[in-house]
Amino acid sequence: MSGGLTPSQTVGPFLEIGLPWLDGPFVVPEGTTGAITITGQVFDGAGDPVTDALVETWQADTDGRFAHPDDPRGAAAPGFRGFGRCPTGPDGSYRIVTLKPGALPSPDGETEAPHLDVSVFARGLLDRVVTRIYFPDEAQANAADPALASIADPARAATLIARPDPGPARLRFDIHLQGDQETVFFDV
Amino acid sequence: MAVHPAAGSGLVVPGYERPSGIHPPLDFAGYRSTALRAPRRPLALLPHRLTEITGPLLGAERVTPRDADLTAQHEGEPQGQRIIVTGRVLDSDGRPVPDTLVEIWQPNAAGRYRHRADNHPAPIDPNFTGAGRCLTGSDGRYRFVTIKPGSYPWENHPNAWRPAHIHFSLFGRAFTQRLVTQMFFPGDPLFSQDPIFNSVPEAARERLISRFDLDLTVPAWALGFTWDIVLRGRGGTAFEHPDGER
Repeated sequence: MSGGLTPSQTVGPFLEIGLPWLDGPFVVPEGTTGAITITGQVFDGAGDPVTDALVETWQADTDGRFAHPDDPRGAAAPGFRGFGRCPTGPDGSYRIVTLKPGALPSPDGETEAPHLDVSVFARGLLDRVVTRIYFPDEAQANAADPALASIADPARAATLIARPDPGPARLRFDIHLQGDQETVFFDV
Repeated sequence: MAVHPAAGSGLVVPGYERPSGIHPPLDFAGYRSTALRAPRRPLALLPHRLTEITGPLLGAERVTPRDADLTAQHEGEPQGQRIIVTGRVLDSDGRPVPDTLVEIWQPNAAGRYRHRADNHPAPIDPNFTGAGRCLTGSDGRYRFVTIKPGSYPWENHPNAWRPAHIHFSLFGRAFTQRLVTQMFFPGDPLFSQDPIFNSVPEAARERLISRFDLDLTVPAWALGFTWDIVLRGRGGTAFEHPDGER
């Protein structure tokens, strides 16, 4: 049933007026023990940086829990925002400072590897596109992850795994909206 | 509830409905900016698990009362037709979505955004920024006071003009419910040539158009427009707590 569901529309080129927050990129404050910085660029099908996008992330805490009443295990104690938001800059780059989430139990009895859900909004996207960020130091957990396993082509699945970036506690995750390196996007 | 890595672990996760025929396609030739940005490969189906059925519950710390009145954010009042825009945020099962963050942005009465990349030769209004936010009440209601945005030209096709609209951003309660959309005004003569509006399947297009509301209109002060926003629900399936735990 649709119940009069409201259709999506593009954020357009001027989302910067309404959506960014000063503390948006900081899921946890910079300098928090264990904090990691995920940076990357958003690219279009011509390989040009997308300079007017917004990247949002949502994730569990370090124990794999959510401060949310619909978590059937019971809500975790509040305190971890879990949500990050960063507009892309003139070079198409974004940055999220956060903690690595824990693994998650799944309704089908499998275990989901640590991951962030990601939404990308931009002019030219009539609806958000959704992807996931997985971690390069979780090879075993990634191999058992049901969402990664659903991507038959290993080269495609690899687009979902962040790369180590020079510097301490830094990861890189580029998002290719189109092209040979097109990121895997999910129908949620 | 015990969770262990075996089938039938008892972890019950409510799935959200997967609408079809309501959202625009990502690849829509009439809207030129989709050409290099819409993904070309089919989307991979992602079953709804814990990350998808939860979402940020952003609270009152993000909002001050002044944020909901876009006409009161500067020393003077902005130019233009003062309007009240209100409605309820619901899910498609008909339930109100309380305490959820609603963010809006828009151009001024002359159709100019307060943004360095907007080069439309219409005046900037020093008394209008064009950004607002509020939290819905216990009945899911939001309410903004603003000015009616102007139409503006863009370069999508010859003599292209956007119908007047206000951008809306909604969180709902779950990652699956996140929605960014645009609210339009009734009777706009520009609908027929706007590819963004017309990217929505015809049967669902009118859902983007607000309704003029004389009851909401404040005599000698502001016109009222009503617009309800419906986010994805659970398809009528109530969320079960088999052990009564919560």
